[in-house]
Amino acid sequence: MTQSQSGTETLVSLRNISKSYHRGDQVIQVLSEISFDIARGEFLALMGPSGSGKSTLLNLIAGIDRPDTGELRVAGVDIVQLGEAALANWRAGHVGFIFQFYNLMPVLTAYENVELPLALTSLSRRERREHAEAALELVGLSDRMTHYPSELSGGQQQRVAIARAFVTDPALIVADEPTGDLDRHSASEVLDLLRRLAADMGKTIIMVTHDRKAAESAQAIMHLEKGELSERESLQALT
Amino acid sequence: MNALKLILRNALRHRLRTGLTVTGLLVAVLAYGLLQTVVDAWYAGAAASSRARLITRNSISLAFSLPLSYENRVRGVDGVAGVARSNWFGGIYQEPKNFFPQFAVSDNYLKLYPEFVLPEAQRTAFMRDRKGALIGRQLADRFGFKLGDALPLRGAVYPGTWEFVVRGIFDGADESTVTNLMLFHWDYLNESLRKTAPLRANQVGVYVLGIDEPDNAAAVSLAVDAAFKNSLAETLTETEQAFQLGFVAMSNQIIAAIRIVSYVVILIIMAVMANTMAMSARERTAEYATLKALGFGPGFLATLIFGESLAICALGGGLGLALTPSAAAAFKSQAGGIFPIFAVSPETLAAQAACALAVGVLAAIVPAVRAARVRVVDGLRAVG
Repeated sequence: MTQSQSGTETLVSLRNISKSYHRGDQVIQVLSEISFDIARGEFLALMGPSGSGKSTLLNLIAGIDRPDTGELRVAGVDIVQLGEAALANWRAGHVGFIFQFYNLMPVLTAYENVELPLALTSLSRRERREHAEAALELVGLSDRMTHYPSELSGGQQQRVAIARAFVTDPALIVADEPTGDLDRHSASEVLDLLRRLAADMGKTIIMVTHDRKAAESAQAIMHLEKGELSERESLQALT
Repeated sequence: MNALKLILRNALRHRLRTGLTVTGLLVAVLAYGLLQTVVDAWYAGAAASSRARLITRNSISLAFSLPLSYENRVRGVDGVAGVARSNWFGGIYQEPKNFFPQFAVSDNYLKLYPEFVLPEAQRTAFMRDRKGALIGRQLADRFGFKLGDALPLRGAVYPGTWEFVVRGIFDGADESTVTNLMLFHWDYLNESLRKTAPLRANQVGVYVLGIDEPDNAAAVSLAVDAAFKNSLAETLTETEQAFQLGFVAMSNQIIAAIRIVSYVVILIIMAVMANTMAMSARERTAEYATLKALGFGPGFLATLIFGESLAICALGGGLGLALTPSAAAAFKSQAGGIFPIFAVSPETLAAQAACALAVGVLAAIVPAVRAARVRVVDGLRAVG
């Protein structure tokens, strides 16, 4: 584990990461030689215009996509070198996902959705129940445990998704436009939750957003422009 | 949360689609079972035939008879324990659609057919009445014949109106015995022919041979046929089963068509099921990608898809299997005695279950492979 320039422990380290896509004969360079570190417990927002490569960067850090070149370490593990099965195991233990459209299983209740990733752990049924109930309580949905996603509002569904993201106690949570489908009030609740996860539970959160106000909930904003880092903006400390 | 719960809830997600697919499977499995039972029914007579009996007929064709004088010579062949005469009568009862087999037989015929169980008093009554007839239980039930009933037949092979009286109703020794037939005195037929058509008298359709040792059937057959080699009416002797299969062979093309239709039914439902699973899997691409992102492997996704496919097939196939025996009973009653033995065999039930299982597995292969291969980032972009 390395130390960042500020002296805090580095959780995510990218070195010379490049990524391109092929569209027919055309090669589209999405990310070019990206290098930066993210400290453990940091809440970082990634901003940039459409096509700037911010979601691709998030996917690479989360281990659901692979760079063409470069080194990508998370908690000391070079995830680029992991095979598919090992990468899936690594994601199960180290990454929590929050999506713009929640991506909950519609046939499962809120409780069952939160319990779902715990099926990949060695926890007993009782322990799984305790963890899932505690996570739902933390996001303020104890009274909605038996509700299906279709019976919940958008904000409530995203809170269930947040509970699912941290129920396995991952070091890293990635959020792709988590407030993009929500009204202002629900978005505010979701951002408050993310701040609490970082501040109170020490989770490292990387959030992609178009919304400047949402990004200002983070400790730092990283701007991407045409696949390159253009600026890193430090904001307030989390309280 | 276990996979089974997810499988069952996914299966019931689109109730109308699942309901229609289950109904299709039910109908397909039921149709397959009934068609296979029709084929089995065709072979029922051959399957129930005895290894201890041989049939000797004219080697040219069944349309040609054998002289009565052959009887004693056949009886003298080593290994032959008994010889009975049998002539196909081919009479019409009231109207042609009431078809049932009638045989003029010698008095010792029943000794060679222990599977026809007849009370002694009825046997005695039959032997005393020259116009007496024995009716099988299936035939009696079909037309409501009772002891003492007059039974007039219009001769097709032997012209004229023939009067009979029901003197006995015999049962089958077990369910496999076909009793949809009528027996009457060969002597009655022969004496009538002597008066009306003398050239056709003293002729026997086939001789039924009882043999001492079933394992010697081939040797006895050869010996019988050798005895009449180079005569005016050479013989062909074969086991009763081979004789029966000869009749079945006349319908080979029909049987083959029925078999093909039964397989086509299964292929059609397989295509329907595969389409259902492909639609379901395509709609859930984003969910499968989410599961993969969470750390679930391709094997788990394959389990979900195969499980759902098998659950639907188990439900449809199970209902089809459960309804097959009662549907077969209804079919038999509607068939008007065409199939006296029409029972769903354990082999047919097993084949139905195997078909349902095969449909479930094959329909899930392509969607499962696709789901297992989908890249998470591509799957997350998919719109259901």
